[in-house]
Amino acid sequence: MNQFSRRQFIRLLGAAGVAGAGSNLISCTKGAPRVVIVGGGFGGATCAKYIKKFNSGIDVTLIEPAKRFVTCPFSNAVLGGLLPGMSDISHGYEAQAARGVRVMHDMVTEVDAVKHKVKLQGGQTLDYDKLIVSPGIDFRWDAVVGHSAEVAEQIPHAWQAGTQTEILKKQLHDMDDGGVVIIAPPGNPFRCPPGPYERASLIAHYLKNNKPKSKILILDSKDKFSKQPLFMQGWEALYPGMIEWVSAEKGGRIERVDAAEGTLHNDQGQSFKGDVINLIPHQKAAPLAFAAGLTDDSGWCPVDQRTFESKIHKDVYVLGDACIAGKMPKSGFAANSQGKVTAAAVVSALGKTPMPEPSYVNTCYSLISPDYGISVAAVYRLNEKGIYAVEGSGGVSPKDVDADFRAREADYARGWYSSITHDAFA
Amino acid sequence: MYNNHYIFSDHAPRFAVIVAIFTALIVFPAVIKAEGISQGAMLANSCAGCHGTDGKSPGSIPSIAGKTPQFIQEALMGFRDGSRPSTVMGRHANGYSDEEIKLIADFFSTSK
Repeated sequence: MNQFSRRQFIRLLGAAGVAGAGSNLISCTKGAPRVVIVGGGFGGATCAKYIKKFNSGIDVTLIEPAKRFVTCPFSNAVLGGLLPGMSDISHGYEAQAARGVRVMHDMVTEVDAVKHKVKLQGGQTLDYDKLIVSPGIDFRWDAVVGHSAEVAEQIPHAWQAGTQTEILKKQLHDMDDGGVVIIAPPGNPFRCPPGPYERASLIAHYLKNNKPKSKILILDSKDKFSKQPLFMQGWEALYPGMIEWVSAEKGGRIERVDAAEGTLHNDQGQSFKGDVINLIPHQKAAPLAFAAGLTDDSGWCPVDQRTFESKIHKDVYVLGDACIAGKMPKSGFAANSQGKVTAAAVVSALGKTPMPEPSYVNTCYSLISPDYGISVAAVYRLNEKGIYAVEGSGGVSPKDVDADFRAREADYARGWYSSITHDAFA
Repeated sequence: MYNNHYIFSDHAPRFAVIVAIFTALIVFPAVIKAEGISQGAMLANSCAGCHGTDGKSPGSIPSIAGKTPQFIQEALMGFRDGSRPSTVMGRHANGYSDEEIKLIADFFSTSK
């Protein structure tokens, strides 16, 4: 080491500089490449963390309006009284800041994909080399006559966790024994396909223990649903006679809501009155995806499913519920998985290194009671048609297993929540 | 602590090399690894959704970090052929080839 001269030192620094410049990554003069991530849910938060894990030299800014993110996963456990409160499903961004992610609690009002700039409500404009958008969902209020964001204050959807969850929980708490709870799930595609049925299960758990004469009516926009045989088997075992499911074909499809009367009206001229109504609207990508011109006619964002780069705007990536991700469902787990694939794609592109072949995964646990869990899982890969489930992988929990198996899956559901929130937010 | 005089002293070369190496390690970690992100990392990171970041689980799902590659490989292959009972792992292990299982096992065995 002592033999190194000043000239060698300069040459060494020069070599590092060339490596940086050659990779278009970091040079002493140009500064670190700038990645801006919009949306601090499972997709955005995971992506920020893994970009820093892959390359701590990249300048990452995470823009998320909420100081604490309330997860949809396990919000049904709050409704069912398994978890005492919202703080159990809320997560901050301190760990992101500690690893060098600049966290800004703000809203993006404009994306200029040509000039590579985003404008914030707070007045700042940020330049980016790569923009990653993980904005989540919005609701198609116009799909049901009489529905609106204002109506949802009274007839909650609770499909974005937080205040909406609290409204629904209070209504369930205030309802008399013998009341009717209506849950009206949306049509496909929507966030968390097994979610409405887990919700029915855990509300039934609450009612069984507190208001056992009550009923739950599920008025569905679909003729079948995720893990249907397993849910129905669990309902029969734990809540016999309490939950009734009506398919779209049998009159479950809701066309109109009358907020003043507290009634839902189907496409066959029938009306349903509920003491508590949980009307979950049909869905589309979040407003930012539309404002930034990232959506197609489907209302979702088409992406290159290898990298999650938008098919519409270069250097803009869309992941999570808002994007079209082949056979992957819209779930927090899928967004977490996509966050890592996107992080690898972005870091590889910035460093001009080959991206590893993408591998994606999803597992959706549902609780039917605190001791009764079921799951659906799949491993995904990419072919010329897009993301597909690897043949022979995945599937649902077996139907004929003992109580111990269901209890272990319930325990793993809680373990999964600890792990995935740790993987995204800690 | 270090002034210009020190930099131009006889110790300068060693100081310079240390600075250069530190700068490289801190600022260019991915550049130093010219091969980029490994296939093993891509595969193994997908396990973290349940098993925790780098295989360190904070909850009831078992940690994988630091287990021997033989242990992880045998477990995954056992889940895959059904000789090792599981709730969900059989369904996952079916999605990976022998070679991919080896990459995953190697990745987690070096995770501290």
